[in-house]
This record gives sequence, structure tokens and C-alpha cells, in this order.
Amino acid sequence: MRETRPDPDAPAAEPAATPRRLRGYADVAHETKSGILEQVVAQGARLTERLASVGAVVAIASGKGGVGKSLVTANLAVALADRGARVGVVDADLNGPSLGRMLGLLGERPLDGPDGIVPPTGARGVVGISTELLIEQDRALRWKGPGSDRFVWQGVTEASVLREFIADVVWGELDYLLVDIPPGTDKIGRFLDLVPQPSQVILVTIPSRVSLSVVARSASLLAEAGVRSVGLVGNMSGYTPPGAESTVPLFAGEGVGQLADSTGLELWAEIPFDPEMGARTDAGEPSGSDGATAAAQAIERLAERVERGPGGREEAR
Amino acid sequence: MKFLCLTCDEVMAFAERQLPGDGTLTAIFSCPSCGREMALLTNPMETQLVTSLGVEIGGRTVPEQPFQQTRTSMDSPRDDAFAPQAAEAASGPVVWSGEASERLESVPRFVRGMVKRIYGDYARERGIDVITPEVMDRARSDLGLEGM
Repeated sequence: MRETRPDPDAPAAEPAATPRRLRGYADVAHETKSGILEQVVAQGARLTERLASVGAVVAIASGKGGVGKSLVTANLAVALADRGARVGVVDADLNGPSLGRMLGLLGERPLDGPDGIVPPTGARGVVGISTELLIEQDRALRWKGPGSDRFVWQGVTEASVLREFIADVVWGELDYLLVDIPPGTDKIGRFLDLVPQPSQVILVTIPSRVSLSVVARSASLLAEAGVRSVGLVGNMSGYTPPGAESTVPLFAGEGVGQLADSTGLELWAEIPFDPEMGARTDAGEPSGSDGATAAAQAIERLAERVERGPGGREEAR
Repeated sequence: MKFLCLTCDEVMAFAERQLPGDGTLTAIFSCPSCGREMALLTNPMETQLVTSLGVEIGGRTVPEQPFQQTRTSMDSPRDDAFAPQAAEAASGPVVWSGEASERLESVPRFVRGMVKRIYGDYARERGIDVITPEVMDRARSDLGLEGM
């Protein structure tokens, strides 16, 4: 091993300087008068104030895309409205909006008023807001801003727009405000940043193994966040071919019941695949709980469960 | 974000904001004890990050308008997305001169209702009955309405 000897010609080492004692951010209570914190607090207060006239905020989420969250949202909304509830819907899927169409809101214009944006009224008196009403048809949603480093600020912009969709809309007195959360567990987290304790969260899944796996992660996120009322909805749980009497499964495996067992979540409804319900919803006339089909009955059970849940009208009685 | 004057151990206070128009921002802070000033310079991405929060450094010159972030952020919006609500402010209508109305017409319809309300509130608060282009210029300057 090579030995290092001190260089006799080297200048003598200076004694170690005492570190400067500086106050850190938390030590400085004084406001800078830049006003940012006050504005963010005011935004939160406005959101809370707006939600004060809403009986229950019900988030419809999944984490997985393509499982039918928006279809469930639209049909649940009209089913609740048919039961006499006042229902509003926020399409939080800013980049892939569909509830404007599904609720028959396309062609209607929100009113621009001093107290906020008055939402248009669609199927069965359900009011709603969606970027689908605001962007040019067939154009993708894009945000103004510097082209490079878009990833840095785009999420913040979208969170602000979602906040406005809830806080700046004149919802009036509502029994239920349904919020359709886009795919991605991060989007559930983003919503919880705005509304930390939604009255109820409905996790929609299809019985595929991949979807069940993703939704299990969402359930875990909601549990960590302390959300108290979370229910599972199994969509496309089976299919009854025309003329047949029995329902056949569309996916292999043990189904949504297995997820309910493993997560401890209650299975609020299983909705079989119903092409007619899909077609009517796509046409802006969701059937909700209309008719005697198994899908309509499942939607009715879901509406009943929401009504009995926290913030629901039957819980309030 | 806070700035500490190390000489005085005092928090520097926000003094002035400048938006040169190239997407950058300059915010000037000064020490309340010694008066020393410093400028915070942000690049377009950093400026956008603050803007995305829906806040203005230095505080708001006018109250936040409904859907302000949505309207000022969306690219390719439907120009006629919003219909104006008929109700006038309780303090009475403000008249727009022909030239001012013409100028307002050049504002994209997606944000026009919001912009009209800001100018209307400005005039009402100052007892101005008629909005002219001069009043609009003054409001822009007083309120820091860059781009409106």
C-alpha cells in the first residue's frame, strides 16, 4: 500500500470554518407579500364554499382505462335523477372527455355569469361540465405555454382547470355531484388533493386480470388516503346473447368478487355487458335504470347503494 | 418562496412584478431594513409553472374570474363555447362607446365575457359611466392586464 506523506511545502490547512447559522424556510414566519399563498388558500376556500351546497361528492374512478367509468357515471346520474335527486356531473377526464356527449349536453352552451359558469342541462335534468363543451370538435385538448418542458407545468394546469370545473360552476343545490376521474392512479390522487374526503368513491373494473390488478392499486391508494366509503362496481361482468337464457362470462378468472375479497371492499353492483345501454349512452340518452334488463337492474342497485351511502339522501333521513 | 437578506436577517418583501412579454417574469424584492433590492428572474417554463397555479406574484389586481385558468390556458377553444348571462351588475350598467365596443369585439369570444366584466367592474368601482378606449388603456395599465 502506498503511503501518503504530508507535503512540507504545502500551506498550513486553515481551521475549519464554523458553518453560518441561517434561518430556514420554516423559521421564517414573515410573509413575503408575494401573495401566492393567500391566493392558493382563497382558491381552496372557494371550492369548499361551492361544495357546501352539495349533499354528496361521488367520485367514479378506476385507475384503468376502458372499463366503462363514463358509461357508469352517465347511467348512474340519470338513475339518481329518476329517483328525484338533483345531480351534477364533472367530467374530470379533460383530455378524453365523453360525458358531454353521453349526457346529451353537446350543443348546449354554459352561461358565462358573474357568479360563475352556469352548467347546461342534459338528459333527465342532469347538469354537467366537460371540456367537450369548450374545445373545437375533433381537436385534441392542448394548453398554451412554452413548448418545451411541457411535462413540468401541464399537470399543474390540469389540476387548476379541474379545480375550476368544481369551484367555478354554479351548481346550486345538488344532492349528488358525480366526478368522473380519468385513468391513472395519479389522477385519483390529483382529485383527492382538491377534495380530500369525497363522500363516496366507486371503483369501476372489468373482470380481466389486468384491470383487477390496477384497481387493487387504486383501492390501496384510497385506503392510504383514508377515504372512508369505497365500493366496487364490476362492469362487463357477463353477456347474455340474444335469445339465450344464461349469461356467459366475458373474461376468464374468478371475477370481481375475488378483488372484493382481497381488498375488503364491498361489491356494490355487477353490470353485464348490454349493447343497447351502450348505444343509448353514446347517443346522449342513457337508459339508467329504465327497463327490465339485467344491466338496468344493476344500475338501479348501484343508485340505491349510493343513496344509502355517506351523504346520500337515504342516509340523511 | 422567501428571500432572506443575510445582512439584516430580514425577509425581503415583494415590491414589483414585470412581464416583458416574452414569457419571462421579473419579480423585485427589497429588504425592509436596508432597502437592498434583488430581482428574481424566471424563464418561460418557470413562469408558466406559477401561472398554472392560477396565481399572480404580488397578488391579484382584479378578483379571479370564473374559469379564468381554463379560458386563458386552452388552445383551440370553441369561440362560442359560452353564452353571456343577461343579468347586469346590481350597481347598474356601464355604457360602452362605439370604439370601445369595436375593440372588445377583437377579443376572442372564449374570453370576451370575462374581459368585459373586468373592464366593467373597473369602471363601476371608479364611477366611470362610459367605457372608452382610453378607459380600457388606463385599466390595462392600472390592473396589469397584459394580453387583455
